[in-house]
Amino acid sequence: MHTVIVGNGVTGVTAATRLRQLQPDWKISLVSGESAFHYSRPALMYIFMGHMTYEATKPFEDRFWRDQRLDLVRDWVTGIDIEDKQLVLHRNGRLPYDRLLIATGAKSNKFGWPGQDLEGVQGLYNLKDLRQLYKNAERTRHAVIVGGGLIGIELAEMLHSRHIHVTFLIREPSYWCNVLPMEESGMINRLIEEQGIGLIRETNLKEIVDDGSGRVEAVVTEFDDRIECQFVGLTPGVSPNTDLVKSTPIETGRGVLVDHSFRTNIPDIYAAGDCAEIVSRNGGRNLIQQVWYTGKKQGKAAGEVLAGEDTAYDPGIWFNSAKFFDLEYQTYGMILSTPQPGEQHLYWEHPSHRHAVRVVGADGCIKAFNFMGIRARHEVCERWIAERRTVEYVLDHLEEANFDPEFFVRHETEIVRSLKEQLA
Amino acid sequence: MSTPPAGTTLIDPETIAYFYDEEADGFGEPASAAEAPRNPGLMVSAGVIGLGFLALAVSLLGSMPLAGAWTPFLLSFGLLTAGTIGYAWFAYKDTVPGIKHDGIMFGNTTHRGAIAWALGIALTGFYVVLYWWPEYLARAIALVEPLSQALAGQPANQWFLYGFLYTMAVVLFGFRMFMRYRHNRYHIIRTISVMFFQLVLAFILPHLLRALNEPEFYFSYFWPLKYDYLFPGTVDYLVNSPGALGSFMVFWGAVCSFIATPVLTYYYGKRWYCSWVCGCGGLAETLGDPWRHLTPKSTVSWKIERAIIYAVLLLIILTTAVLWVSSTSEGALSSISAPLQQWYGFYIGAVFAGVIGVGFYPVLGNRVWCRFGCPMAAVLGIIQRFFSRFRITTNGGQCMSCGNCTTYCEMGIDVRAYAERGENIVRSSCVGCGVCSAVCPRGVLKLENGPSHGDRYPGSDKPLGALSTAVSKGARVYGDRDGYV
Repeated sequence: MHTVIVGNGVTGVTAATRLRQLQPDWKISLVSGESAFHYSRPALMYIFMGHMTYEATKPFEDRFWRDQRLDLVRDWVTGIDIEDKQLVLHRNGRLPYDRLLIATGAKSNKFGWPGQDLEGVQGLYNLKDLRQLYKNAERTRHAVIVGGGLIGIELAEMLHSRHIHVTFLIREPSYWCNVLPMEESGMINRLIEEQGIGLIRETNLKEIVDDGSGRVEAVVTEFDDRIECQFVGLTPGVSPNTDLVKSTPIETGRGVLVDHSFRTNIPDIYAAGDCAEIVSRNGGRNLIQQVWYTGKKQGKAAGEVLAGEDTAYDPGIWFNSAKFFDLEYQTYGMILSTPQPGEQHLYWEHPSHRHAVRVVGADGCIKAFNFMGIRARHEVCERWIAERRTVEYVLDHLEEANFDPEFFVRHETEIVRSLKEQLA
Repeated sequence: MSTPPAGTTLIDPETIAYFYDEEADGFGEPASAAEAPRNPGLMVSAGVIGLGFLALAVSLLGSMPLAGAWTPFLLSFGLLTAGTIGYAWFAYKDTVPGIKHDGIMFGNTTHRGAIAWALGIALTGFYVVLYWWPEYLARAIALVEPLSQALAGQPANQWFLYGFLYTMAVVLFGFRMFMRYRHNRYHIIRTISVMFFQLVLAFILPHLLRALNEPEFYFSYFWPLKYDYLFPGTVDYLVNSPGALGSFMVFWGAVCSFIATPVLTYYYGKRWYCSWVCGCGGLAETLGDPWRHLTPKSTVSWKIERAIIYAVLLLIILTTAVLWVSSTSEGALSSISAPLQQWYGFYIGAVFAGVIGVGFYPVLGNRVWCRFGCPMAAVLGIIQRFFSRFRITTNGGQCMSCGNCTTYCEMGIDVRAYAERGENIVRSSCVGCGVCSAVCPRGVLKLENGPSHGDRYPGSDKPLGALSTAVSKGARVYGDRDGYV
């Protein structure tokens, strides 16, 4: 049995290693045109900032792949021959498969802005983008970043680390407030401005101006304000990368359509991770998950399915984390930017604006947490949500969830007092 | 490896370098970049350091008499101190508190550039001269004479000079740690601790003891690191020194080696010593901090580490035993005990711990001795691995495999390999410096003393079982990386 996995990101690699655990004798190939070896995509920023070498972003030593008999194929896949069960490769040759997993990830959105293809204008998603950023950053004194998500703020931090002046242009009234509640979002606004980064809110990009040689020289906002810059970062989010399957009978929606066991409509072809759109079983919204953790979780489940096990993907209790400059953020359970009907939001923020906790309850039971500048135990938060503990119980035991390093100043007394007042 | 289908470009791990280079290309030092904002305080501090070195050079190379004169001493070391403190202050005071690793991999000093090699050669050279040609340090020794007279009431020698420079490095670079890690109380407190132990127990107190005609004794060093403290010669000398203090020193050393070490390591892990008390650790955590990421992380380096460190431990146990047999049986083994003692003192005590251990900081990282050689670390590590409440807890599924923890682990532990699988880290080499936890951008790692050693990971409640599994697995003591999940 030869299983071929397209894409060596976290989903493809997790599927491959899980499959190897379950099927020690199968032939497994990983195809990637981007890099010879799996690297950690979230670590791209640390290469640019000089925190890490590229080598160090690889979670496995190079010998791992040989030890695990995972064949690495360095090529771009240009087509799928479904009849003959073969992949068409760009450099040369065809790669036959018995089972195929498509884990091609996502790609940066572009909204058809005038000038979006000029030199000095780019997104940030892969190694090629990073290499381009190295070149673009060399001549940049002032940069504009359009789009206020996680990649946008990472890009701002990256450029800032090289003393490039950054202006951040966001559509929303506050950073990432389509995802974060206003208070948490406000903490990050403050942080952005504290770093000396310009934050222009509720402003859309109108066009990117050519300096006459095909390079960016400025951006113009919808209010006709002109900002001189030598670099424009476009970070308005990502979408599933379905390029490979578009011309095949494999069904796509926004992503590659799969069931909860990652099966596409074609037998022996599966898709998982950022590129996949999991069709709802009960007519609800389809599931597209595009963070590291879901990529890993889907990859693990997909590896089991590939191995012939009867696994159905269970998204489990949502969690995520990020770091905005020096402010860490962790979330457990789903919190939307505005309180949903029946939800009770309790919120505490330290006067320094560097620590905050949000506890969300529904029907008296705990539903979700946001932690800013405080580390929390995943296992404890998840257990409380799963066990439907009361909000009162959670507040009484909040210190058990603390995961800050030893000797850190603890805020539980103030937090609990404040949240209990709000609860009453 | 199975044969690839015809025409497929298959990556051969044996000839991987080509592909690797392709990726790494272009990710080095930025060719040109926007200039950093001007920092006048930093420039002035650098100037003061320069003046300090100038004063030092004039004192060392000039011909004026130095002995007994405070002025050249105060001028040289005063300017160096003020400049170094000022440099750390102005470098960080206006920055937002947080991790300061921008540009580490591009830095000439921090990433094995020419400055790093020059520093490595200079440090190595200093140790070579210190151990084998101290006569060339005569003027430097004369320079610290006034302090030696004031503290110990005796003339300075090369060891006083060395102790002074060592302590100065720990204190000055300890201040740098305060500035760098001012958002992190764990680092501030443990840095205060190593500064205290170096300054008071490993510098002021031993010389005060000399002033009082007592044996020069270092209360913060024990056998097997301070190997001669349990040699029969030292024990005889201390016990027979006038007064009761000598006997107390022998008692103290034995209690620390055989009682305090296992008990404290059981409760707090190896860190109580290696990154809170020990002078070698103290220097590594302060002066050595800029080079912590240079420690090799490969499995091969891990194998070398274990081969050497346990060999050194066996060697010092053997040497100590042979010396005792020899001394109690009226010289039965003296034909081997004396050369063994000399050999250990030269190759391990001087060359390994000193010349390589500190001299190679800028090239091989700040824990070369602690990781590859120190027999004390080996003993503490065995206890930590099998009988300790200490562990680094991994926070559920939050790891995103970025590798900051592994990169900045000064002991070469692939922390990420455990964290990304949601496993706690229980490794004999971990000195508990806490930097992995500090640099983690997702809040995944926490150093903890748990309620027992049995809840650190599955199977760890049966230390002997864990030991036999480890032995049967051969190379891997704990955590073979056989899967991503």
